[in-house]
Amino acid sequence: MRRFTLIAVPYLWLLALFLVPFGIVFKISLSDAALAIPPYTPTLDLSEGWAGIKALFAELDFDNFVWLTQDDLYWRAYLSSLQIALFSTLGCLLVGFPIAYGMANASESWRPTLMMLVILPFWTSFLIRVYAWIGILSTEGLLNQFLMTIGIISEPLQILNTNKAVYIGIIYTYLPFMILPIYASLERIDGSLLEAAEDLGCSRLQAFWLITVPLARPGVIAGSFLVFIPTIGEFVIPSLLGGSRTLMIGKVLWEEFFSNRDWPVASAVAVVLLLILVIPIVLFQRNEQKQREAEQ
Amino acid sequence: MSRKFTWFNATALTLGFAFLYIPMIVLVVYSFNESKLVTVWAGFSTKWYGELFRNQAFLDAAWVTLKVAVMSSTLATVLGTMAAYVLVRAGRFHGRTLFSGMIYAPLVMPEVITGLSLLLLFISLNIPRGVFTIVLAHTTFSMCYVSVVVSSRLASFDRSLEEAALDLGCTPFDAFRSVTLPVIAPAVISGWLLAFTLSLDDLVIASFTSGPSSTTLPIKIFSAVRLGVSPEINALSTIMIAIVTVGVITASLMSKRALVKRQRDEQRAFQQ
Repeated sequence: MRRFTLIAVPYLWLLALFLVPFGIVFKISLSDAALAIPPYTPTLDLSEGWAGIKALFAELDFDNFVWLTQDDLYWRAYLSSLQIALFSTLGCLLVGFPIAYGMANASESWRPTLMMLVILPFWTSFLIRVYAWIGILSTEGLLNQFLMTIGIISEPLQILNTNKAVYIGIIYTYLPFMILPIYASLERIDGSLLEAAEDLGCSRLQAFWLITVPLARPGVIAGSFLVFIPTIGEFVIPSLLGGSRTLMIGKVLWEEFFSNRDWPVASAVAVVLLLILVIPIVLFQRNEQKQREAEQ
Repeated sequence: MSRKFTWFNATALTLGFAFLYIPMIVLVVYSFNESKLVTVWAGFSTKWYGELFRNQAFLDAAWVTLKVAVMSSTLATVLGTMAAYVLVRAGRFHGRTLFSGMIYAPLVMPEVITGLSLLLLFISLNIPRGVFTIVLAHTTFSMCYVSVVVSSRLASFDRSLEEAALDLGCTPFDAFRSVTLPVIAPAVISGWLLAFTLSLDDLVIASFTSGPSSTTLPIKIFSAVRLGVSPEINALSTIMIAIVTVGVITASLMSKRALVKRQRDEQRAFQQ
């Protein structure tokens, strides 16, 4: 009896507030937009019993999904989200790997402090960290002031409200997700392996390439997924740092819902986004499982 | 890992931490700027903090945010700990795969989708939107984080201790309270803290699930920031950064002390 309650409470909670809402999104994605409250038809009329349910199903169709393929805004937004996610993941890797490597090479007494310095921004408000860049990147911002003072540029650069600012914002906010898994796998590398390689005539660079890089691979893969997956649906960064031409699907969904009030299309956008995300999520889970099995 | 700390490592760490911290330092410094223009330094002043504390809209939003965060993180800790217990201890039951899927899926779900789906649920059930709906939404996604944190601790915990307590006549609840809970307490506490900060920080899900009378601080900040940089927001950010910094440092010092104490206790037990 106790065991039943223990299972039932969190189970029912998640069913009601996680799974059922998805069913509703899916259902509305098959409905048509209408000038009504709620702004879509058909709505379920339970008072008519089975007839009502049957009538509901008869009116559902895939029109919104057809619409997504016809208007090039949507598939361009999906592609551009994937592209931005891919390049910012590579950017995070390029910036994050040297930091993780430096942390792993630091003396043991320093490591907890360095670790805390990486985690601290992660606890700080995401919104505030994105906001911090507005003052730095704007045309009269600190970066432009600095570059003009030292004479590298004579005209201020337009960085804010372009995709460049979006890349900087994503790399900045997601960097801890890349550093921590890479650091975890680098820290575990047995130093004697590197010594052995150098004794056997490897140069430091060769030893790094032949030993450190392959052993860091699980961390690199995990970190890349942790950056790539959430970035695809990102909303805050493109809407604060990006310009009107920055296309990301999270932003499109938001505008479809709040500005155009087209709930059925917004729901269809969400369903397709979810289908796209299934692939990297499954790959990530597989990788994690392989890792766990390798450790046992 | 070999302990050769090279110049390359030192440069990477310096540049890396400069990149992570300079934007926040700039934010803090310019919150003490006299000028309304956030990018021109015009002398030291704390007037923006005064303005901030006279701004009733911000104070109201802060109060709503705090209420939501305390309620949702507490509820999420209870539900998440239960879920972790089910994942690690309940063995096989009907629908277990679905259950663990529902625990892990919210962690990778884009916030816009979670927000949209919950809003559509509340609307179709005719639940008026407000503090209550934000609490429900935040509890749902943060309980998953709590259960991941707690279940990793539970998995490494020696089950025979619990069984011994049961053999010695404890009821299952007593065994949980007096044996299991003290051991997993650090994980439960960090789960609560994680849920609390997630709730404080959330903009997207709160925007979907809040009503007109329940604006949270991130929603307020977001709409202010869209109009441009303002020194008041810098002052607010500085306060939030200060709270987080003090919190994280205190927590890490406390856990370090607890670790040292445990090692000393173990040593003493070993010597006796």
